[in-house]
Amino acid sequence: MATPVLRWCCPGRRWVFAGIGGVSRHGRGVPTGSTSSGKRGQSSVAQQPLITAQKPRKGEREWAAVVGLEIHAQIASNSKLFSGSQVDFAAPPNSLVSFFDASLPGTLPVLNRRCVEAAVMTGLALDCHINRRSLFDRKHYFYADLPAGYQITQQRLPIAVNGSLAYSVCVGKRRSQMVTRTARVKQIQLEQDSGKSLHDSLRSQTLIDLNRAGVGLLEVVLEPDMSCGEEAAAAVRELQLILQALGTSQANMAEGQLRVDANISVHNPGEPLGIRTEVKNLNSARFLAKAIDYEIQRQINELENGGKILNETRSFDYKLGLMPEPNLPPLLLYDSGSLPPGTDPQQVINIDQLREQLPELPRVTREKLVQQYGMLPEHSFALLNEVGLLEFFQNVIKETRAEPKKVTSWVLNTFLGFLKQQNLAVSESPVTPSALAELLDLLDRKAISSSAAKQVFQELWRSKGKTPAQIVAEKQLELMQDAEALEQLCCSTLEAHPQVVTDVKKGNPRAINKLIGLVRRATLGRADPTVIKEVLERQLSS
Amino acid sequence: MWWRVGHEDHVGPDPPRSEWNCLLRAQGGREDSRSPCSRGRGVPRPACILVSAALKQGQVTPTELCQRCLSLIKKTKFLNAYITVSEEVALKQAEESEKRYKKGHSLGDLDGIPVAVKDNFSTAGIETTCASNMLKGYVPPYNATVVQKLLDQGALLMGKTNLDEFAMGSGSTDGIFGPVKNPWSYSKQYREKRKQKSHGILAGHDPKDSTTIQDPVKPFTLPSLTDMSKLCIGIPKEYLTPELSSEVQSLWSKAANLFESEGAKVIEVSLPHTSYSIVCYHVLCTSEVASNMARFDGLEYGHRCDIDVSTEAMYAATRREGFNDVVRGRILSGNFFLLKENYENYFVKAQKVRRLIARDFVNVFNSGVDVLLTPTTLSEAVPHTEFIREDNRTRSAQDDLFTQAVNMAGLPAVSVPMALSSQGLPIGLQFIGRAFCDQQLLTVAKWFEKQVQFPVIQLQELMDDCSSVFENEKLASVSLK
Repeated sequence: MATPVLRWCCPGRRWVFAGIGGVSRHGRGVPTGSTSSGKRGQSSVAQQPLITAQKPRKGEREWAAVVGLEIHAQIASNSKLFSGSQVDFAAPPNSLVSFFDASLPGTLPVLNRRCVEAAVMTGLALDCHINRRSLFDRKHYFYADLPAGYQITQQRLPIAVNGSLAYSVCVGKRRSQMVTRTARVKQIQLEQDSGKSLHDSLRSQTLIDLNRAGVGLLEVVLEPDMSCGEEAAAAVRELQLILQALGTSQANMAEGQLRVDANISVHNPGEPLGIRTEVKNLNSARFLAKAIDYEIQRQINELENGGKILNETRSFDYKLGLMPEPNLPPLLLYDSGSLPPGTDPQQVINIDQLREQLPELPRVTREKLVQQYGMLPEHSFALLNEVGLLEFFQNVIKETRAEPKKVTSWVLNTFLGFLKQQNLAVSESPVTPSALAELLDLLDRKAISSSAAKQVFQELWRSKGKTPAQIVAEKQLELMQDAEALEQLCCSTLEAHPQVVTDVKKGNPRAINKLIGLVRRATLGRADPTVIKEVLERQLSS
Repeated sequence: MWWRVGHEDHVGPDPPRSEWNCLLRAQGGREDSRSPCSRGRGVPRPACILVSAALKQGQVTPTELCQRCLSLIKKTKFLNAYITVSEEVALKQAEESEKRYKKGHSLGDLDGIPVAVKDNFSTAGIETTCASNMLKGYVPPYNATVVQKLLDQGALLMGKTNLDEFAMGSGSTDGIFGPVKNPWSYSKQYREKRKQKSHGILAGHDPKDSTTIQDPVKPFTLPSLTDMSKLCIGIPKEYLTPELSSEVQSLWSKAANLFESEGAKVIEVSLPHTSYSIVCYHVLCTSEVASNMARFDGLEYGHRCDIDVSTEAMYAATRREGFNDVVRGRILSGNFFLLKENYENYFVKAQKVRRLIARDFVNVFNSGVDVLLTPTTLSEAVPHTEFIREDNRTRSAQDDLFTQAVNMAGLPAVSVPMALSSQGLPIGLQFIGRAFCDQQLLTVAKWFEKQVQFPVIQLQELMDDCSSVFENEKLASVSLK
């Protein structure tokens, strides 16, 4: 039986299900059959999509996938959405639970202003229409981590609707070209987070921690405008950066501050959309793309084998419809034009005011970087992709005379490389922006060669407290400034190695490198190889 | 609709009554209605004001008052009006009140005044059961806002009073602690007057209740009604139903005539959607009940069953054990109406009908009516055996007729006892006011109360004079249980 293999036809758009005898090119097969529910864990399936553009062979069906996302971001606020208990992710269990959070009879919700502001700011950043009037609903289901038996949410008439999220993916033969895609934002709503349950199988019990119950969430619903895991992951990443820039959420997936549910379906192009399934609670960026692609593949397999896609929903939920939350009046927002006269600004939320106070969005920051420093878009993405990296970069730029392109290259290649190697965050870097700036200045002045600079950098990384200048002095890495001395060295090297000289003259292109190497060693690495080459070539031709 | 404007931590749903929360109410039927010992007219001034004055003048101390009250409670235990008597708490509060009076620093008119609170209001440190197994043994860690306000004014909390389970009912007959007996069968009722100067303290914005109005409320006094010619009283014709007892009807007419004879304009008005209000209320009320009661799962507080096989099994057993039939019936009804396939046809439809009902009132008030005058109940209190012949739902549907439309329209209303029936049981009438015009409403009600001079009992005298009668009655009531 042919092992089905996934081929990515056109970037981001088409999946071609091709039967190939034997094992795929990449040595990994795709499991047939379906396992409908359960963990979308092991991604032994999802290969990296191949970029080879390939026309579908006759008899093969083309598949297109659509992916929509529901993203839950915990709002960065001091207290919870409807009660005054503190928001803190590291506290002892059940130590941050107010009477309302525990659903004690008679307690009522009081809306947290900061959460509303966070929702409005996020809506503005995503070009949404902000509803001047929005409503709260109750979504009922019984679960141990939901004390009241319902969640207060905003499904019917949420705070923001009809926006868009622009994100970038790498396309092209070598994935070197960045293109912008857009996913429509259907709505943004405020809602409560649930508590946490820990299953203790040893004692057959479930332990409930309500610290998280009632924490404010922003749910951002993205329409099914994405077509594969990579696009979904890129969209999520961009949203993360936006939320972090706004300060409305720390959006750290590993800490559960950002959780994603994906709605996935496949269909043949030109035909109606297929049944969708939901993959819930993805909380790792890397895993997100894989899990989505796995599910796409699973659905394709299922349909190719004549099966059907089953839409499973949790058994206990949603037989009951929504009910309006009777304890909360409609949420009214104002702009400068609609503010009733004499209102206390503390009592109302003014959308225009929030709009004015919006911080710079990542998209704008990146554009500025490209314009100001002439870097490639990919570089601007890379700079924003690491916490603190942009700031580091800008600090170096401030202090050095070196060209921005040089700085970019050093920060993104060398500096970032060292960080990644040792799994450090920018904040943990032993090399300060000043140190790197100084190093780049030395390089710029041609006081040292670039290879020497790399050595210095390595030393800077290892031993704190030393300045580049010190290291250069210690290791005697200064470039030879004495041109005459260099001439002499070259001359003597040529004399000492007549055989190599002959090779060069014969036309062996690699022979000169040997000479350069010899001279370098003679100069104890203190001569710039480019300069050595120049001198040698001159001397040889004379 | 469910939570009245102006208060917060109300445990469980409100009964569709418009009397003040802090009234010590004992309702329900009794086997035999006997005429109470006649005492003639009571003093015209509200008892509370007298007591307050007495406290201020040092004629009686808070502790004495408290002890007398506790003694009365003990003597009237057969009424089953109290679930919890908080003797120690009350005496301690009395002690502190006394200290304040000695220093001349009383907190106000309520300082030292005994009050009792219905057992569906949270009282910190004092068991709050809602007359349900689900909350038996539940001790809240906080006070309901209205309770806190009372305590802040120095009131003495005597205890928690009995009710239908979760206040679902109309006769206080269906709680786990048994029915409340109507003291009118035995004696005159002690009640806290609501038309006090301190009315304003309990009203106003509650920052813990997002649905309360934020406009500041100043305590107000109730002036005397002098110029009746400017007053327009409305009589809703749809409230004249066949089930209305002739006695109530005649008192209603008498009241209307009274206003007219004093110069007020009394006109017939129409609230055309009255006949839909019971059903409308039923749909919305049970839906909210189903939702509000979802929190009772045995996990965080309250009753928890012994089953630990699974969470679901635990929920089911806990709720079956914790709730009586009435509560369970309402939850099931509400769940039905909230089902996705039913939501539009029932819940949303009921909300639309509710708007029509509310609009009826708006139209009537816009046409120049200041206050509506209606019956409160269909008849005097019926005997217990008769009362329980119909099930709770039917009874509630019948008896709530006059009072729940007001809840749906969000209007202030007050019930004022007018006269004793031929059986010697109280009959009252309801006044309904415009939204936020509490002062006008209560002014009219106060005038009316003054006019009818419904007998007010001096408890001590009652005990002294009627003690022998009382003893006999007590024996009788015990055997009839």
